[in-house]
Amino acid sequence: MQLFYISPILFPLLGLLINATLGKRLGERAIGAVASLMVIAAFIVSAMVFSQVGALPEGTSAIPVDLGIPWIQVGTLTVPFGLQLDALSATMMLIVTGVGALIHIYSIGYMHGDPRFQRFFVYLNLFIASMLVLVMSNNFLLMFVGWELVGLCSYLLIGFWFNNIKNAEAGRKAFVVNRIGDVGFILAIMAIFVAFGTLTFTDVFSKVATFGVNAPIIVGITLLLFVGATGKSAQIPLFVWLPDAMAGPTPVSALIHAATMVTAGIYMMTRAHVLFAAAPDTQTVVAVVGALTAFVAGSVALTQNDIKKVLAYSTISQLGFMVAAAGLGAYVASVFHLATHAFFKALLFLAAGSVIHGMEHLSHSKHGAHGDHKEPIDPQDMRNMGGLRTKMPVTFIVFLIGSLALAGIFPLAGFWSKDEIIVAALSKNILVFVLLGITAVFTAFYVGRQLVMVFFGKPRTEDAAHAAESSPLMTIPLIILAVLSAIGGALNLPGVGSLGNWLAPVLGEAEAEAFQIGVAGFFTVLSIAALAGAWALYRNAYAKADDKDPLQKLGPLYTFIKRAWFIDAIYKDVVVKLFYAACSFLARVFDIGGIDGVVNGAGTLVQKASGGLRKAQNGFVRSYGLMMLVGVVVIVAWFVYSAGAR
Amino acid sequence: MNTISPYILLSAVLFTMGVIGFLTRRNAIMIFMSVELMLNSANLAFVAFAHQWGQLDGQMFVFFVMAVAAAEVAVGLALIVTVFRTKQSANVDELNQLKG
Repeated sequence: MQLFYISPILFPLLGLLINATLGKRLGERAIGAVASLMVIAAFIVSAMVFSQVGALPEGTSAIPVDLGIPWIQVGTLTVPFGLQLDALSATMMLIVTGVGALIHIYSIGYMHGDPRFQRFFVYLNLFIASMLVLVMSNNFLLMFVGWELVGLCSYLLIGFWFNNIKNAEAGRKAFVVNRIGDVGFILAIMAIFVAFGTLTFTDVFSKVATFGVNAPIIVGITLLLFVGATGKSAQIPLFVWLPDAMAGPTPVSALIHAATMVTAGIYMMTRAHVLFAAAPDTQTVVAVVGALTAFVAGSVALTQNDIKKVLAYSTISQLGFMVAAAGLGAYVASVFHLATHAFFKALLFLAAGSVIHGMEHLSHSKHGAHGDHKEPIDPQDMRNMGGLRTKMPVTFIVFLIGSLALAGIFPLAGFWSKDEIIVAALSKNILVFVLLGITAVFTAFYVGRQLVMVFFGKPRTEDAAHAAESSPLMTIPLIILAVLSAIGGALNLPGVGSLGNWLAPVLGEAEAEAFQIGVAGFFTVLSIAALAGAWALYRNAYAKADDKDPLQKLGPLYTFIKRAWFIDAIYKDVVVKLFYAACSFLARVFDIGGIDGVVNGAGTLVQKASGGLRKAQNGFVRSYGLMMLVGVVVIVAWFVYSAGAR
Repeated sequence: MNTISPYILLSAVLFTMGVIGFLTRRNAIMIFMSVELMLNSANLAFVAFAHQWGQLDGQMFVFFVMAVAAAEVAVGLALIVTVFRTKQSANVDELNQLKG
């Protein structure tokens, strides 16, 4: 029976093993089928777990799963290999396996013909298993294992096309930046053990009350946990890795860098909400950092030309919304937005992948047919697109639904979840409210800009003119996600609040923010105005691919925003340069002068000393004899002397 | 002057002659004989003291020394013959390949 509960982790692992060992013989279709079926199986089990959690009697919040495996026992530290299956983790399991399964199916079409097709699915299955470890564990350490594993998968998949050095560098950057956050997380784990003597969630949370509000140790722990979250969930100041992570294949961007892995930080903070509730000081920091991130990233998204970069900055911005909500204590709103965002952002990325695929159609079909040495255009640059509405109708419709959901247009999913966060901000922190409000308008504007540039107007390149719709393997997952994005708001309608009730056993009875028709209406009007503004500004902006962006009239401010507020440049010029300077000091001065000096010095010393001693070994037998004689005489003299002294 | 003194004196003289021969001679055979001389001076001292104290232990030791000396002669002469075959000489000063 216990095996049933860990089977969601084991299914993808099984798929991984099959594909890793037999993949070469199976061929593309079988590999894709095995990987997808395993994730679908995990999804089915997750759904069963979900219904079991729903059927739990009043007063119990989690299915007791004691695997009876004490994982680590050192001194007073006992870490079990246990699972925490409650409403929160069951929800996350459904999102991870559900969106994961759709993206697996989509990937069969998207990765078709890739020479490392097998490896791709091995990595994807490993990711699903790792992410499930993260959300299902019942203690901080096992969670950290999942946390690191998903980081590894992210690294492997960002650098999946490592033949291009840029992709490999992007993977490395993601890995290094994430490490900074991970150090915060592991320090938090150590501090938790010191303070509580245990790492199991339930034990830790039951002891928090004894510390009182804003106890220094709790504030320290929560701040360190938040550092971990800023790394994984791409918040200021560690968000710089996520835009570069778009170097990976598009399904990876959808699954890992939009829908699931990057939400791990939000999941972790929600899971540790008892700790955060005991540290209001930290919560304020979290809310402000989240809102600032949302604002900064939202503004950067206004100016990007790469179809995936827009979505990447948009993801950072939306993660900022979730983090801000967590900081405001509105965990239900945070998880609600996490779920709807998983739907529509996965949809947008996959649709963007479909667009890229369509843009590459011409060069692929021409490939090898006749010697066409024209410089290939960037299939991800929106300036090269235009007019794809008629070429790729299905992609257009689903992209439109996803975009409007992201922009928060009634009645799509994003409207409900974003509204909950904004209402919570209005009543708790006016600064956060203002920042998030402006960001919501930004969101609608960049969404409109993207739609116009990609789908409307006339094709600006030959590639766009010859774009073709993708295969059903890719469009069917898109349609499913589009439906979810459209109706996802039903998860937690105001007044009904089913997600709030559902999560109540874990998060406590949330004080549901009343739906404020005024706020909702205000932002809907603003969003529609922003969409209209984008339409007006960009409808005729690009006649050719190299026309100027209308926003360039802003002058230096445009450059400032387009370069992502120079944060990346500051990292490069300050942190990286200082690091290289320190490294070159260590390599050229300390290593050669210090370490090598000691080693060589020791060698020279031995050589010199033995040089003196070897003179004794002169090779004359009779001189050895003389030495023996002298030795014997000394020994005998010693015995005679000591006998006489007695 | 008691009865044992002449024997010990002779033993000491023989031993000294052995040492001097060992240190000054270059021919391996001569060095070998000097070693034998030292061994036998020790034997003489053993016998003399055994007689003095009326105990057989010393005499017992002499037999052991003789046995060891005999074995040593066998090994030592074989070595010297081999050295002579390779070097065409029994001069120990030429055996210096292992010097540091």
